[in-house]
Amino acid sequence: MSTVWLIPALPLAGALLNIFFGKLIGRRAHWVAVPAVACAFLASCVAFARVWHGGSFTSSLFTWIVAGDFEASVIAYVDPLTGVMLLVVTGVGALIHLYSAGYMHDDAGYARYFAYLNLFVFSMVMLVLAGDFLVLYVFWEAVGLCSYLLIGFWYTRPAAAQAGKKAFIVNRVGDFGFGLGIMWLWTAVGALDYPTVFKSVATLAPPTATGIALLLFMGACGKSAQLPLHTWLPDAMEGPTPVSALIHAATMVTAGVYMVARSHALFERSGTALEVVAWVGVATAVFAATIGLVQTDIKRVLAYSTVSQLGYMFAAVGVGAYAAGIFHLVTHAFFKALLFLGAGSVIHGTGGEQDLRRMGGLSSRMVTTTITTTVGGLGLAGVPGLAGFFSKDEILAAVYHANRAMWALLLLGAFCTAFYTGRMLFLAFYSGPRMSKEAAHHVHESPPVMTLPLWILALLTVVTGVALGAPSDAGTRFARFLAGVFPIHEAPHGGSVAFMLMVLSVVVVAAGITLAWFMYMSTPVRPEAIGRPRTLVHAFLLNAWYVDRLYDAAIVRPLLALSGYLARAFDLGLIDGIVNGLGRAVVGWAAALRRVQTGYVVNYALTMLAGVVLFLAFLLSR
Amino acid sequence: MTALLSAVTFVPMLGGLALVFVPRRRAGLLKTAALLIALLVFALSLPLYFGFDGDSADFQFEEQRVWMPTLGVSYHVGIDGISLLLVLLTTFLTPLALASAWHAIEDRLKEFVITVLVLETGMLGVFVSLDLFLFYVFWEAMLIPMYFIIGVWGGANRVYAAVKFVLYTLAGSLLMLVAILALYYRHGAATGAYTFDLVTLARWVVAPGLAQDLMFLAFALAFAIKVPLFPFHTWLPDAHVEAPTAGSVILAGVLLKMGTYGFLRFCLPLFPDASLAFGPFVVALAVVGIVYGAWVSTVQADVKKLVAYSSVSHLGFVMLGIFTLTQQGLVGGVIQMVNHGLSTGALFLMVGMIYERRHTRLIADFGGLWKVVPAFSALFLIVVLSSLGLPGLNGFVGEFLILVGAFGVSPWLAAVATTGVIFAAVYLLWMYQRVIFGEITHEENRALPDLSPREWAMLVPVVVFIVWIGVYPMTFTGKTEATLEALIAQVQSKSAVPRVSLAERGRGAPESGHPPSAAVWRTPLP
Repeated sequence: MSTVWLIPALPLAGALLNIFFGKLIGRRAHWVAVPAVACAFLASCVAFARVWHGGSFTSSLFTWIVAGDFEASVIAYVDPLTGVMLLVVTGVGALIHLYSAGYMHDDAGYARYFAYLNLFVFSMVMLVLAGDFLVLYVFWEAVGLCSYLLIGFWYTRPAAAQAGKKAFIVNRVGDFGFGLGIMWLWTAVGALDYPTVFKSVATLAPPTATGIALLLFMGACGKSAQLPLHTWLPDAMEGPTPVSALIHAATMVTAGVYMVARSHALFERSGTALEVVAWVGVATAVFAATIGLVQTDIKRVLAYSTVSQLGYMFAAVGVGAYAAGIFHLVTHAFFKALLFLGAGSVIHGTGGEQDLRRMGGLSSRMVTTTITTTVGGLGLAGVPGLAGFFSKDEILAAVYHANRAMWALLLLGAFCTAFYTGRMLFLAFYSGPRMSKEAAHHVHESPPVMTLPLWILALLTVVTGVALGAPSDAGTRFARFLAGVFPIHEAPHGGSVAFMLMVLSVVVVAAGITLAWFMYMSTPVRPEAIGRPRTLVHAFLLNAWYVDRLYDAAIVRPLLALSGYLARAFDLGLIDGIVNGLGRAVVGWAAALRRVQTGYVVNYALTMLAGVVLFLAFLLSR
Repeated sequence: MTALLSAVTFVPMLGGLALVFVPRRRAGLLKTAALLIALLVFALSLPLYFGFDGDSADFQFEEQRVWMPTLGVSYHVGIDGISLLLVLLTTFLTPLALASAWHAIEDRLKEFVITVLVLETGMLGVFVSLDLFLFYVFWEAMLIPMYFIIGVWGGANRVYAAVKFVLYTLAGSLLMLVAILALYYRHGAATGAYTFDLVTLARWVVAPGLAQDLMFLAFALAFAIKVPLFPFHTWLPDAHVEAPTAGSVILAGVLLKMGTYGFLRFCLPLFPDASLAFGPFVVALAVVGIVYGAWVSTVQADVKKLVAYSSVSHLGFVMLGIFTLTQQGLVGGVIQMVNHGLSTGALFLMVGMIYERRHTRLIADFGGLWKVVPAFSALFLIVVLSSLGLPGLNGFVGEFLILVGAFGVSPWLAAVATTGVIFAAVYLLWMYQRVIFGEITHEENRALPDLSPREWAMLVPVVVFIVWIGVYPMTFTGKTEATLEALIAQVQSKSAVPRVSLAERGRGAPESGHPPSAAVWRTPLP
């Protein structure tokens, strides 16, 4: 047994402690939870060091299920990709645990919160460590459970309970495909552990590979909120903000990207599957970005932005630029966690305000939050020098060489991204204050336990790009590190084309931010005009393209009506009607027969006489 | 030859008879004694597990005594890897059922505990009998105590439900009796040995054709009603809603398994050709039941009815697994029987607990319970998650194996069945949301007490097994693998359907080379 098992074991132990002894631990829950994840981060560093020079190792824990020739074992598979994911999950996880100690300080369910959060880190670490598709699936659903529990953490709010359930069910729809994909994979390959599967996929017939890959991708669409299964993520913002940062931005939702990248051998066996992945990613990237343009809730802007950025990652892996996709996953984890935590700090400092229309002018009262969140926003927008610039440009360059239409759409998405990010930052921090005097009076900066994670994430947003993502002829540093996992993508670097692409994307970003400045900074903001749909297009975007309403009208209601009909008319009316009808028929027949038993001797004599006559007539007629 | 199996089987009844002499005013003594007897039976049954050789497919702990030699009837009992788990499930759930009635049953308590103990003997008898005559005696005898449990201690409409339950079951089992006699005479005529001994009968096979088909159908009808397979399920919601909690736990936990057990023990080995021929129909009904049961559950207003209909869905999975005739499907099916007994048994226990507190089971009467009864809510969540097949808990292991087995036989059917997993999340989580989450909407709910020590003691063992099977199912599947392997081999070697044509019908041997199922509904993907 290897020490990698310490990485999941620590948060699991933390979760169990807070579950079983939560009452005793109470307000000290963070003393269990934060060190558990921090130590898991250190253990991840150890594991990372083992794969620093490439290579991989496995460690098996126990055989889980055996049935005939079906076998699934709990095994860990660690290679550079796993190492990167482990660092992100436990690193960002530890920062957000620390932040939570401040953010959730007064909450009644303090121990329960940290128990769930630790349980999530355990599940996510196992998802990343898993060396077997079925184990991956187990923790794939386990992170979904944690998400369900944490979205519905404030369970007395109907909207939170509703959103938690919606997240679980929509994810189940995706997992329906994921599960079938795993069944098919086993039927075709006869094994589910990574080394065997990835060795044998080369022998799969392309249609089989396409089928399996698309089914697995269906699971990724659910988990990573891609079209058409994206609808749960914006609603998931009902959960506490640190949860949105950790689960619904930095880690869990990227599991789909990780899974596709991990299974790239399978996806490459089928060109169709990769093309579908890329197009779904591109479509989602643009779709969600357009919705982000008009949202008024700061967390919803960020949620649609997450959906959109995940689309970029899928576009990257879809065109085969796996390292670029994973690099964007990493940088996005930093700057999006930063943005969510910054938003959380704003919400904390304004006494629970999430509406951009009632913010403004926070830059003077919340300096740290303003600086760090702005860094995160510029990172997201793709301002040169910051992490998002490098990782997004890497994707745009790769897509440009694969498909011009996709590239154009992603460039449009980049424009939208720059616009909604600028809009959010201006409305929250830089425009004139729009809150009531009373509310403005209470605005305050968050405590150090919350601002320290902000500073660290801001630092990471600044340095990661330059340190790891600078393009070179041999690929980025990050891509070279992952060269043992993914072949280096062949997109030509350097030269005039690459330079042109970079200039173009800088221009687009500048245009987006400038437009936002004109709309929300150069003139005083009229809050009543922002959230009201002025045009059909605006209404369309405000309602998120009416997808939720479409699903409700086309799927939820008809199914409920059908179920109601089946339960009443069919089950009680028809089936049970037949059953009871048979019973009644027997009773009726018996009642009729009973009438014969009148008790009058005369009747019996008469019947006997009739019988004798009939009998004689029968005999005579022969 | 030890008499352990007989001891396990008859101690409950003997204990029940001993309780006849306890005066009825000593309610506490009656309850305690009955619970101790049931726990003793559980303790007695544990050596069955530890002494059972999982590598052997033979019957173990066999006992055979002369009973009516002129008729070829003997007292022949024994267990294999299938019945072992069901015997343990029965001895595990009976003490829980008794404990659930601690405060709920006050009227005719003495009769109640005796009835439950007698019922336990009946149920165990069904699982251990290796003689068709003996089996039939237990099968019918078990109906009587169950009839009383529903009809005497049930809800408002109990008589209707009890009569429906008994008549429905009897209708099926009478046909089975005819088939048992037919089998007896045919075997006697063919071999000269007139016997009801299952082991002897199973070595021989009725010539394929109308006779075997009819016998299969007679057995299958009796078992299908018991399972219940769609569309023979309408007795179930009535029986569950009217039955007291103890009755529901036993009904869902054990009695339903007798149907699926019957298919495994009798239909498959005795009538292999007919089983293969009618397999597609059984599977079709099973898959319809999976989806149908889930849909109908969704719209129920009464929690107990919701759980009752969910059984139709869950047992559909078991039937699907059995008729895949693959090792995965069968192992999944058998472990899913245990899972359903635990999860649904626990659901009924917990519905009973809130019913005792509020005297209503309508979802609309609840809401916001987490605030008042957090421990109850947390355990209820675990049980709900187990029932909806969350990986890491027991339900997933069974469902996944069943589906993986089914996928190899027919991907399309497996896909339809897999939608049942989505719908399970819908009806269970929606119910959970309305009962547990939100603000308290009814003042009566504000002062509910949380779990009592007795209730903790009932639920914790169930939750332990729910997690255990989810994390390390080999403890249980390891005992049943050899039996099921032998069963598949038996069906394949005895049936007259030529194997080769079956393999050719599909894509031939799958790419991995594991053996194709004999099931004739094979429609593999290209």
